[in-house]
Amino acid sequence: MIKVARWKIVLVVLATLYGIFFTLPNVLPASARDSLPAFMPRQVLNLGLDLQGGSYLLYEVDTQALRAERLTNLTEDARTELRNAEIQFSGLGVVNGEVVVRITDPAQVDAAARALRKTLGAPLAGAAGGRDVTISVEGDQRIRIAFVSQALQAQAAKSVDQSIEVIRRRIDELGTKEPDIRRQGANRISIAAPGESDPKKLQAIVGQTAKLTFQMVDETADLAAAQSGRVPPGTMLVPGDDLAPFYVVKRRALVTGEMLTDAGSAFDQQTGRPVVTFRFNGVGAKKFGEATSANVGKRFAIVLDNKVISAPTIINPITGGNGQITGNFTTESANNLAILLRAGALPAPLTIQEQQTVSAELGADAIRAGAISLVIGGIAIIIFIVLAYGLFGVFAALALIVNVLLILGIMSMTQATLTFPGIAGLILTLAVAVDANVLIYERVRDEAHAGRTPIMALEHGYSRALVSILDANITSAISAVIMFQFGSGPIRGFAWTLLIGVVTSVFTAVVITQVLIGWWFRAAKPKALPIE
Amino acid sequence: MPWPLIRLLPREFHVDFVRGAPVAAIISAVLIAGSIGSFVVQGLNFGIDFVGGTAIEVRTKGPVPLGELRAAVPAAGGHDAQVQGFGRPDTAIVRFRTEGADTFKAADAVKQKLAVRFPGMEFKPPVVVGPKVSGELMTSGFMALGIAMALMLAYIWFRFQLQFGLGAVVAVFHDVILTLGLLSLTQIEFSMTSIAALLTVIGYSMNEKVITFDRLRENLRKYKTTPLRDVINKSENERLSRTLITGSTAILALSGALFLGGPVLFPLVSTMVFGVLIGTYSSIYVALPIILLWGVKRNDEPAEPLKPATSSVQRP
Repeated sequence: MIKVARWKIVLVVLATLYGIFFTLPNVLPASARDSLPAFMPRQVLNLGLDLQGGSYLLYEVDTQALRAERLTNLTEDARTELRNAEIQFSGLGVVNGEVVVRITDPAQVDAAARALRKTLGAPLAGAAGGRDVTISVEGDQRIRIAFVSQALQAQAAKSVDQSIEVIRRRIDELGTKEPDIRRQGANRISIAAPGESDPKKLQAIVGQTAKLTFQMVDETADLAAAQSGRVPPGTMLVPGDDLAPFYVVKRRALVTGEMLTDAGSAFDQQTGRPVVTFRFNGVGAKKFGEATSANVGKRFAIVLDNKVISAPTIINPITGGNGQITGNFTTESANNLAILLRAGALPAPLTIQEQQTVSAELGADAIRAGAISLVIGGIAIIIFIVLAYGLFGVFAALALIVNVLLILGIMSMTQATLTFPGIAGLILTLAVAVDANVLIYERVRDEAHAGRTPIMALEHGYSRALVSILDANITSAISAVIMFQFGSGPIRGFAWTLLIGVVTSVFTAVVITQVLIGWWFRAAKPKALPIE
Repeated sequence: MPWPLIRLLPREFHVDFVRGAPVAAIISAVLIAGSIGSFVVQGLNFGIDFVGGTAIEVRTKGPVPLGELRAAVPAAGGHDAQVQGFGRPDTAIVRFRTEGADTFKAADAVKQKLAVRFPGMEFKPPVVVGPKVSGELMTSGFMALGIAMALMLAYIWFRFQLQFGLGAVVAVFHDVILTLGLLSLTQIEFSMTSIAALLTVIGYSMNEKVITFDRLRENLRKYKTTPLRDVINKSENERLSRTLITGSTAILALSGALFLGGPVLFPLVSTMVFGVLIGTYSSIYVALPIILLWGVKRNDEPAEPLKPATSSVQRP
């Protein structure tokens, strides 16, 4: 205790310098910040939307595209169903938002309608026994299959809700940005993100549908014929990459992006170029393993948002469930795609409607009043602790100041978002940090009253109090880590700030005061402690 | 006056905490019943963050007087008003929540009143905005909190004993119910910020419990034959000076924001102050009585010769 280990002194000095270093840009005017030497950090605290405003994007969920996709699926389902029932048909297609088919044999029309009624569509929520499609038999052996309007509305509403969750997950991947994401009107989504969050970067992350499929390339198809509109049944023409402008691929997807459990960006071990790595879940790994085993020597296409990003040849069956996508990636685009794959695909494409800047949610007066009151709170802690513990209180106050510097420095460095409630939470974090010092000093007092010499009282006080301090802070750290891991949006932001506070508080309250008291003790050689 | 002031605190306290436990139990039960009652009768006053509302884009001749507009929207009947400059200085977006079933009619009434208050103000058609707190945000939040509580219980079980962990969790639930009860009773707008306040209350309360248990565990090892009741009393008296100082520090730190922070910080900070008080109370009068009623395993660990200078005197 009295001989303070040298590594502790080095650590305290380094931590203090770090705190000053990384907090400094926040107090400098922007012009001075720009003229800092290159090795100095320039990042400032990322204040929340409530304090400084930010950028605003308005998107519209393309429910028409969603409807078209559902109609295509319905058409394919009808085709499969009629084939299974061995019913001849012609002219299956979408007319005016409805699926129409002509049954060749007039005697089979009723049987066809029965077969379709049995399997098509899904139960309609909120209507017992109702289904989301109506199937009607019309003249000229035609059957008309249409979605109930109620079902279309419900589907559109659901897709907007799903889109909001996907967008939130994607933005969460960028760090604790505390965005404001809301539905606006029937099918629009407004997104606001604080400060200098780059709207372009936001758009790159939000606007992409990120629908990923793995489909076999149809090597037998005549590409020229397909380009002029004669696509073989069961296949589709998809725009390609630098190697080939178009590919004809099988309609049926081997595996889809929903079957991924993880994705990341890495560098190819041979070429050194950025790649996106991924892992399939159990079902995906099994399906992909089977498909690649059956098709060795053939090519499959990795299709993202209806564009082939690469079409590798299957050399060996891929059964491990891991893979990588080599495309024309930059480090950033590989990283973006990995984020999109992890967060999942949007249920429908989004189109941007508006891009604006927004001012702070709170008025300047409110912010000023709040800031002043919080600073007063901080000063009150320092005055109180110095009055209560004298010289030892001064040591605790110094530790507290380094603590504030460290918290602000780490938050600036990690670009965590600081909101008004966050600052109030920080004040309480400081009170709990002081609690660590109170625990130590009260313990030292106990030991001194029990008749120990000052040195022994300090030694025992610190080591005994440390048990309580660690137990209490490990408990807090556990809850912070869990909330960061499993929570989303603002809960993550709260957890991150809490975690930073726990770590810096334990360090400053225990180690810094120890070093200071050690120095003082050797210099003053006191007969009694000032807090006895 | 002696300085430092810590010398004013007596060296030893002799408060019979356990004796007050039955009274405290009745008080807690009444408060919990009251909280649940208020919860059932009037519920929480969910704000625009949770239930959504209406947004109107407005345009004025000159720059939008944001401050005046912020004050005018509540006066015109728009609750939880949020006013933000939008793109250009002469444009702003106003979000608010209205009472009653007919949102459009209510929003129109707000619009009319604003039009009278700000002549020349142009309004775009009002649009419905959804809540900021979506369903998944809530479910993932509750799940995260649930897992965090379970793991904290496991950690306390591992470091202390099972009854300590359960005592802590029950006491923290007690605090959460009473805090929600207060929010329901006062009908303070329940917003995203209230969630932050609740999480802070939980964190502070857990911290108190662990500190409380730590001293109890140490004394249980030291005084192996003393009745549990007396060990609890002794631990709390030994700890009392720390509890008083830490509690005052926390309240003092928040009091600036409580009295001077203005209407934005008041709901948040008052919840936190309440949380500090209730967290301290429930450590002594919820967590410890649970342990007292349940009993603890003793004599299964070797004695730690902690304070040999005094313990031989104090040991009965």
